[in-house]
Amino acid sequence: MSLFLADTWHLLVRHIRTTIRIPIWIAVTLIQPVIWLTLYGQLFRRVVEIPGFESGSYIQFLTPGVVIMTALFGSAWSGMGILEDLTDGVMDRLLATPVHRASLMTARVLHAALTVAVQSVLILAFGLLLGARVNGGVVGIVSILVLASLLGSGFSALSNGLALVTRREETLIAIINFFGLPLTFLSTAFITSNLMPDWIRFIARGNPVNWAVDAARFSMLGQNWSGVAWRMLLLAFFALASIALATRAFRAYRRAA
Amino acid sequence: MSAISVENLCKTYRNGVKAVDGLSLRIESGEIFGLLGPNGAGKSTTVRVLATLTAPDSGVVQVAGCDVLGDPHGVRRRIGYVAQASGVDKWATGRENLTLQAQLQRVPSATITARVEEVLKWLDLLDASDRIVKTYSGGMKRRLDLGMGLIHQPHVLFLDEPTTGLDPETRAALWRDLRRLRQEQKLTVLITTHYLDEADQLCDRLAIIDHGKVVVTGSPAELKKKVGGDTVVSLDDVYLHYTGHRFDAGEWRE
Repeated sequence: MSLFLADTWHLLVRHIRTTIRIPIWIAVTLIQPVIWLTLYGQLFRRVVEIPGFESGSYIQFLTPGVVIMTALFGSAWSGMGILEDLTDGVMDRLLATPVHRASLMTARVLHAALTVAVQSVLILAFGLLLGARVNGGVVGIVSILVLASLLGSGFSALSNGLALVTRREETLIAIINFFGLPLTFLSTAFITSNLMPDWIRFIARGNPVNWAVDAARFSMLGQNWSGVAWRMLLLAFFALASIALATRAFRAYRRAA
Repeated sequence: MSAISVENLCKTYRNGVKAVDGLSLRIESGEIFGLLGPNGAGKSTTVRVLATLTAPDSGVVQVAGCDVLGDPHGVRRRIGYVAQASGVDKWATGRENLTLQAQLQRVPSATITARVEEVLKWLDLLDASDRIVKTYSGGMKRRLDLGMGLIHQPHVLFLDEPTTGLDPETRAALWRDLRRLRQEQKLTVLITTHYLDEADQLCDRLAIIDHGKVVVTGSPAELKKKVGGDTVVSLDDVYLHYTGHRFDAGEWRE
């Protein structure tokens, strides 16, 4: 166990160091959420007037949605890092050492979670600038960061596992493009569940992205803390299960490579 | 005891390519052993199986007394692996690369700083040690690769084309160091190379591999004698005799 923690820490330091040396990446991944917030926030400003939309301001409604959407997309690309390490021979060099396999995965996931937390803070700040309000206070903000990081952990693990199994950039890109937007639109990121068709509302109930969006919105409003708590628990299970599954991908890699 | 023993190793990839087909090999402790063979002969796959990166379909493979399937961890603790693709982190400095490698290879943490310093000095990289590897020349990167493989003083070192891209002086220095390490630490080295002079001058014994099998093993002198008898022949002639091709450095550059 202590070896697992030590390995994870040393590898996490490597990932953080790389990010700090190429900080442009954090900026690039923030361009999209800024566009979503300003453009969508303006374009759909009046949807809140539709009967059944229980929020008074669309930017208030949209901000947690965009935070979670960015967490989803940011972490879904995390497998690209593994592909780069595979191409450079770094992955093989690491795999030929006694390093804990779970550490290789956990360090990447923690790095993705930290990146998501930093991005979420910046998006929240931008949302506040545009007029959103966090009635949940500091607890609400921390809760949103935890929710986004948990969701990011789960999807970064899945992305890393897929990268190890497919070992092809094209495949990973195709899968992310195929699932990314549907997962977002099958959630309350842009529209309240009251206005969803029944079948979408039904599917959304099993969608981790939807758990995170709902809980982030409650945290922002400072309501329904029990609802936040159990969704957070579900997301934690989702993250752990994804990490466990992704770690098994190293075995598939050893059989196939 | 043999440092490496391979019995009847087979590996077929999922796309149906039979990379290794009943390969057997025995390498003694303290030997510098060369693998020669045309592209696709199974050299890289064999080295990957020995380094626990690829799981064999069948066969018994032991490295430094541990089984690659039964005790991969034991193997990993005792080997250094330097692949053809560099394998160093280009966004980290030379010192950071070596330090992380030492940590992952379980070098006692109290000795890591000193050990990294020692290796940097030995590789003549002290001046560049705090620059990120992206700024290194090909030769510097290759030397760092070697340092990564040796940081934890392994029993067995795998080198996949170690001197590609090195100038003749650095190559000569590397050969000298490998011979010294073998003498001082009884390091066993398994090397694949695309330089026949390297195989000839550096290796104690060679195996020529073709179609996933070992065709012949012996010291360079023995092999030349076997093929040429009393006439003087080169290693190139030996290679041609056993594989049917000239040894062509060009074919290695896929």
